Amino acid sequence: MSEFAVEATNVVRTFNAGSVQALKGVSLRVPRGEVFGLLGPNGSGKTTMVRILSTILAPTSGTATVDGYDVVTQPNEVRRRIGLAGQYATVDENLTGLENLRMIGSLNHLEKSFVLRRAKQLLDEFGLNDAANRNVKTYSGGMRRRLDLGAALMARPPILFLDEPTTGLDPQSRQDLWSIIEGLVEGGTTVLLTTQYLEEADRLCKQLVVLDKGTIIAEGTSQELKTSLGATVLSLTFHSTQDATRGLEIIRVISAKPANIEGTVVELTVDGGPSSAAEALRRLDAANVALAGLTLREPSLDDVFLSLTGHKTEEEGPATDDASTKRPVRNP
Amino acid sequence: MTNDIETIHAEKGNLRWAISDVLTMARRNLLAIVRIPTALVFSFLQPIMFVLLFRYIFGAGAINVPIPGGYVNYLLPGIIVQTTIFGAVGTAIGLAEDLQHGLIERFRALPMSRMAVLAGRTVSDLGRNVVVLVIMTGVGMAVGFRPHGGLINYILACLITLLFAYCLSWGFAFIGLAAPNSEAAQAMTFPLIFPLTFASGIFVQVSTMPGWLQPFATYQPVSEVAKAVRYLMNGPNVILPHPGNSVWIAIVWSVGLIAVLGPLATAKYKKVA
Repeated sequence: MSEFAVEATNVVRTFNAGSVQALKGVSLRVPRGEVFGLLGPNGSGKTTMVRILSTILAPTSGTATVDGYDVVTQPNEVRRRIGLAGQYATVDENLTGLENLRMIGSLNHLEKSFVLRRAKQLLDEFGLNDAANRNVKTYSGGMRRRLDLGAALMARPPILFLDEPTTGLDPQSRQDLWSIIEGLVEGGTTVLLTTQYLEEADRLCKQLVVLDKGTIIAEGTSQELKTSLGATVLSLTFHSTQDATRGLEIIRVISAKPANIEGTVVELTVDGGPSSAAEALRRLDAANVALAGLTLREPSLDDVFLSLTGHKTEEEGPATDDASTKRPVRNP
Repeated sequence: MTNDIETIHAEKGNLRWAISDVLTMARRNLLAIVRIPTALVFSFLQPIMFVLLFRYIFGAGAINVPIPGGYVNYLLPGIIVQTTIFGAVGTAIGLAEDLQHGLIERFRALPMSRMAVLAGRTVSDLGRNVVVLVIMTGVGMAVGFRPHGGLINYILACLITLLFAYCLSWGFAFIGLAAPNSEAAQAMTFPLIFPLTFASGIFVQVSTMPGWLQPFATYQPVSEVAKAVRYLMNGPNVILPHPGNSVWIAIVWSVGLIAVLGPLATAKYKKVA
């Protein structure tokens, strides 16, 4: 048995006779029993990678194994060990929830008696008992997503691929799905999850890679990624927006790293931490600008992404701030 | 939780699983027909409307075919063939929808038989057509259709109709896979279905058509099949004293079509999904 649940080496995938390069040589190793994150904006190649690993698409070059089986030469062995759920909740609208699960169970070539037992168990676990015999057409987005995940879990796969599982969900449904995923991992399942929500990766993923335009631009634990920036964020709150603007001008010389101003709050990425804070205080004091508050915080994955790619994630999570109040200082 | 792959996976031979997969898919498609009102109307109500339209409006005096029993005996065998061909549009729409909704992606990540999606689709069409034939026979009898060819020949005629429709549905499967969405799939089948069913001997005798149209209308496959079905259902009569090779021609057309359309649809499926 392979040490890793998923191993990909130099995976390249092109479309339209080579004119579009979706993946430009991606290698990754997913350890067993944890959530591994594939983070990146739309079009970064996340979904292409998941489609290759789940045997839907063949790589143009490179190799990939899942649970030790090659996705190209042993696709059926791979298919028996994986579950796939995605952003497009691929369930059959014309069937009931129970019928959907039974269909997937049967197509997974499971024992008949097991199929019914497992379907009922999953409907129960995912709070779909009351809707079990209703057409999926009448389901809400969150219910569909849970049913979709249930379908992926019918065969109790040791490895689960989740392609943007919470995209487009309301906060409560998101929390529900996160709890379910955490429960699965506790039970020993390996999860490979793609997301464009940094908050999601931070909460769920032990290790992650950051994909941008088909290339891995960073990898490690989310903690490692943050510290690799070698930086802390100095956050200063002023009494007025005028003070904030003046304050930023004064302290801008401390660091060449990104800075943001948002209302009365100025955020500056700094190398020194406490010493930078002391320096800022001295300069502001000398210029007679009063402060309402000061904090030093670890960079968020948002900060990491911005500094790695030079652009923000395209679609921001609901937890991030309203873009209209945020203006980048570097490019006014 | 244990993740023991072997204990929950049932052991059967590959062929038995392939058959099971096809039936699972076919069952799912048939359930959809019952649950989507428009599908139900198009599958079962529309054919009945066609019978009534041609029997009591066009066939009440406007169309004359000198056949014992009157026009209804000419119409019914033809309209049975037309109905099963119209029904195949469902194959195109259903496949286009499955592609659109990402269901085919999910199927491809399952350890199921590769050909079950297409075969399940065409088999469910076959199942629906069996029901359609029973309904059409009943409705036909109710409006005065009196087949004189005998029961065995009637059943044989139905089997030929089913065979031809099944083979043709692979072509519609190809269209469904090539279409960008289900609406387009439906639109794409139209320019195909209209000349095949209306520029044919289904509703009127080809000899009443303009000269330039007659060669196509005489020899195109739907006319050949309608001719065979008509002969078997009605028995020898004035307009068709002997069947010639029409039954064989219908079978050859069917086999020929599936020999071309089957691989075409399969290749398309491998490419798009």
